[in-house]
Amino acid sequence: SNVKEDNPASLGIRAQSLSVFAYVSVYVMVKVFQAADATDLVTELRRSFDDGVTRGYEWRVTQLKKLLLICDNHEPEIVSALHDDLGKPELESSVYEVALLRNSINLAVKQLKDWMAPDKVAKTSLTTFPASAEIVYEPLGVVLVISAWNYPFLLSIDPVIGAISAGNAVVLKPSELAPASSSLLAKLLEQYLDSSAVRVVEGAVTETTLLLEQKWDKIFYTGSSRIGRIIMMAAAKHLTPVVLELGGKSPVVIDSDTNLKITAKRIIAGKWGCNNGQACISPDYILTTKEFSPKVIDALKQELEAFYGKNPMESKDMSRIVNSNHFDRLSKMLEEKEVSDKIVYGGQKNRDKLKIAPTILVDVPLDSQIMSEEIFGPLLPIITLNNLEECFDVIRSRPKPLAAYLFTQNQKLKERFALTVSAGGIVVNDIAVHLAVPTLPFGGVGESGMGSYHGKFSFDAFSHKKAVLYKSFIGDAAIRYPPYSTGKLRLLKALVNSNILEIFRVILGLS
Amino acid sequence: MEEVVDQSLREMRDTFASGRTRSVKWRKTQLEAIIEMVKDNEDKMCDVLFQDLGKHSTEAFRDELGFVMRSATTALNCLDKWVVPKKSNLPLLFYPSTGKVISEPYGTVLVLSSWNFPISLSLDPLIGAISAGNTVLLKASELSPNASAFLAKTIPSYLDSKAIKVIEGGPDVATILLKHQWDKIFFTGSPRIGKIIMAAAAEHLTPVTLELGGKCPTIVDHHSVSKDMKSVVKRISGGKWGSCSGQACISVDYVLVEKSFASSLIEMLKPMIRSFFGENPKESGCLSRIVNKKHFQRLARLLNDPGVQASIVYGGSMDEEKLYIEPTILLDPPLDSEIMNEEIFGPILPIITLRDIQESIGFIKSKPKPLAIYAFTKDENLKTRILSETSSGSVTFNDVMIQYMCDALPFGGVGESGIGRYHGKYSFECFSHEKAIMEGSLAMDLEARYPPWNSFKLTFLRLAFREAYFKLVLFMLGLKK
Repeated sequence: SNVKEDNPASLGIRAQSLSVFAYVSVYVMVKVFQAADATDLVTELRRSFDDGVTRGYEWRVTQLKKLLLICDNHEPEIVSALHDDLGKPELESSVYEVALLRNSINLAVKQLKDWMAPDKVAKTSLTTFPASAEIVYEPLGVVLVISAWNYPFLLSIDPVIGAISAGNAVVLKPSELAPASSSLLAKLLEQYLDSSAVRVVEGAVTETTLLLEQKWDKIFYTGSSRIGRIIMMAAAKHLTPVVLELGGKSPVVIDSDTNLKITAKRIIAGKWGCNNGQACISPDYILTTKEFSPKVIDALKQELEAFYGKNPMESKDMSRIVNSNHFDRLSKMLEEKEVSDKIVYGGQKNRDKLKIAPTILVDVPLDSQIMSEEIFGPLLPIITLNNLEECFDVIRSRPKPLAAYLFTQNQKLKERFALTVSAGGIVVNDIAVHLAVPTLPFGGVGESGMGSYHGKFSFDAFSHKKAVLYKSFIGDAAIRYPPYSTGKLRLLKALVNSNILEIFRVILGLS
Repeated sequence: MEEVVDQSLREMRDTFASGRTRSVKWRKTQLEAIIEMVKDNEDKMCDVLFQDLGKHSTEAFRDELGFVMRSATTALNCLDKWVVPKKSNLPLLFYPSTGKVISEPYGTVLVLSSWNFPISLSLDPLIGAISAGNTVLLKASELSPNASAFLAKTIPSYLDSKAIKVIEGGPDVATILLKHQWDKIFFTGSPRIGKIIMAAAAEHLTPVTLELGGKCPTIVDHHSVSKDMKSVVKRISGGKWGSCSGQACISVDYVLVEKSFASSLIEMLKPMIRSFFGENPKESGCLSRIVNKKHFQRLARLLNDPGVQASIVYGGSMDEEKLYIEPTILLDPPLDSEIMNEEIFGPILPIITLRDIQESIGFIKSKPKPLAIYAFTKDENLKTRILSETSSGSVTFNDVMIQYMCDALPFGGVGESGIGRYHGKYSFECFSHEKAIMEGSLAMDLEARYPPWNSFKLTFLRLAFREAYFKLVLFMLGLKK
């Protein structure tokens, strides 16, 4: 009916409609993600994949370029979200998240044709002659990317870049511990990307568990070793291959022949300058000699003051601790008996502001909490050794870390370190930079993870490399087939050893 | 048993920690020893394969002994090349840093092999593990007991027994082994057990390679290969019945062909089978037998399904005593029968007819991704469709099984057919951690890298990361804001 006047009856109807409308809107907005939703999501994406939506070069490049637009058009919002979630300084957000992503996207766009082209295989063996072969890259299908809270944009979009360039449909689940970033990611990806093949699911444990019950063609997870196990176990039910980017205690070994000023600066920039120590490749603890340790401490103190001033709690150049859970975890580490009295610098805390000052400790007990779990915060223990040689045993006695660092000019030590220290990656005379190098595989080993990515390794991580053999009908060695005889056996032996001479001899009956 | 495992693990770990297995010389010595072991024991090996599976010595040599010797020889010849670190080109931004990737052994690895090719599926992964510098424990399958016993007895007298160990046993032993932490697990077997292995590996974050199976379809596009049909039939028959009687992960599981050609195909298969095995295949000595009663009964059950029985057009006779099943051809068994829904792993060949060979694509896609797809066709269009619309571990055109022999190709599955790959250099990579090494210089330093942050540093870094070097120079000269 055409209600023109604001009489009470029409007002009543309008009020009712409005409230119904409001109720439905609210319901739709806060709709809880349930099991059926997870199934529907995967079904829909699988249909898109089967229809070939994601396979073509054009689609992949278009999506990648849209990701670039997100970086170009929304950097201030990204910086703002990261500041909300983590107190991340603008420079870190701009450089370590957005700029790195831009590079990653540009590289993928530039190289995609090359990456997608089959690899020719040089030789096939005489037994299979005549044949030619190649390796064809094909997408795995529908993949799941679960990312972490500390670099919420980088660790969400970088794997997605890999998934898309390899031609997959992808679901991204950002971390709920960085809610502003999670919600911005959901909004931007929905706005810019093809939602028939790329989707974001926000949520926490419940939603993640529901997602993990589905059958995925690959799961890419960044986070803790504890959850990594749960992910792999869920993946095992469907024989889903996984990449697990986990963490560990990345040691820094400092030799007395190093340039201490630069060493200290790089350690500080790599630790407190990267999300305030809350990074998977953060320098976790230092190993140096008893003799050299005082110099190391002095250098660190000096450079820390140069970077963050006399009152680091006031500095705007460091992220805060992500939340009170982690704050309490770190506080407890500091308060442990035999640890609290080893603080030589810093130690101040402010729970309201979720801040802990850059803190250095010396020779805490090796079995203390701070030396047993990944610190993931602004605390830096220094363990002193009688001689530097002992560092190998210390490192080897612990789970394999994601990164191991060494500062030295001693060529032999560098070689020995690179060869014998098992870690995801090794960096000599610098900290963390290998993360930004697209030509190096970035991943862990043992407790620090499995699989790798960055650059082409990301494309490979989300591809199946299918072996293709082209055979012709020319020549069919009777020796392949029953009935079997000694002559056939001899010829086979010769072929298997690719011994041309022997083959001819047998064929000519001379053997 | 628990103690044996504990002690073995401890010894292998100590050996690895000593660094002995890292030396290329040690690895080559072990590889040479494997070749020697096979050469010295050829007859014994053929013997155990005959006892366990009724394999003819030629088949045993072709599929197992010869294969292992070639694999070890390749590794020997290529090892020096494989261990060389790979240099990585770093972007200019990182000058003068250098980067490379080193292949490092995982440590102490576990190889669980299967019963159908008990020698090659044990020794080939071993070759990979050793060339990569690991210590390794091998558990061969208890379903091929003679081969398993042979390996357990012979390997210690040829190889470094503090680094390479063999353990015998069944699921109970496997369970004990899986409780421990390994640095890598390599498993060949069924998807069902593969899931159990992966779940056990998850407890310790152990990376796995799972070589599983599936129903490998064979497409026969009779239009385009009519000239070579005899070859087609020979290759299919040889692949199906000539290799462990169809009990192979890459065996021809079923054939897809157009209805109009089905009977011709069958009429060509029959004499081919007879030419291989004579009138009485049971007595030919060239047909492997079924491995054990359990599998025999499984296959009998598949065949005894009434719908399946009705579809038998050749063969069908069985002898439980001798664990013999005749090479059998089925024509259009019901698509919902068990035999069309699980990996057959036996000498029964269903032929599924289609109206148009193009339908084979959809048919294959309706099933889990197999380890291999075979297609006999010269139709480029069909080849392209197969490659781009189906997914499988591998695709072979105009032959079957042979991709296994080509060690320049990675051998492995996807989806239900497996995770990871090996053969040739892929075996070396399978058992290696690719470790990135980056070295920076302490001589040069960029102030912009360090706090306190300001807008100069921000702009500098933005330009540097963009590799906008020209703009960067302008910026530093104050000529650009």
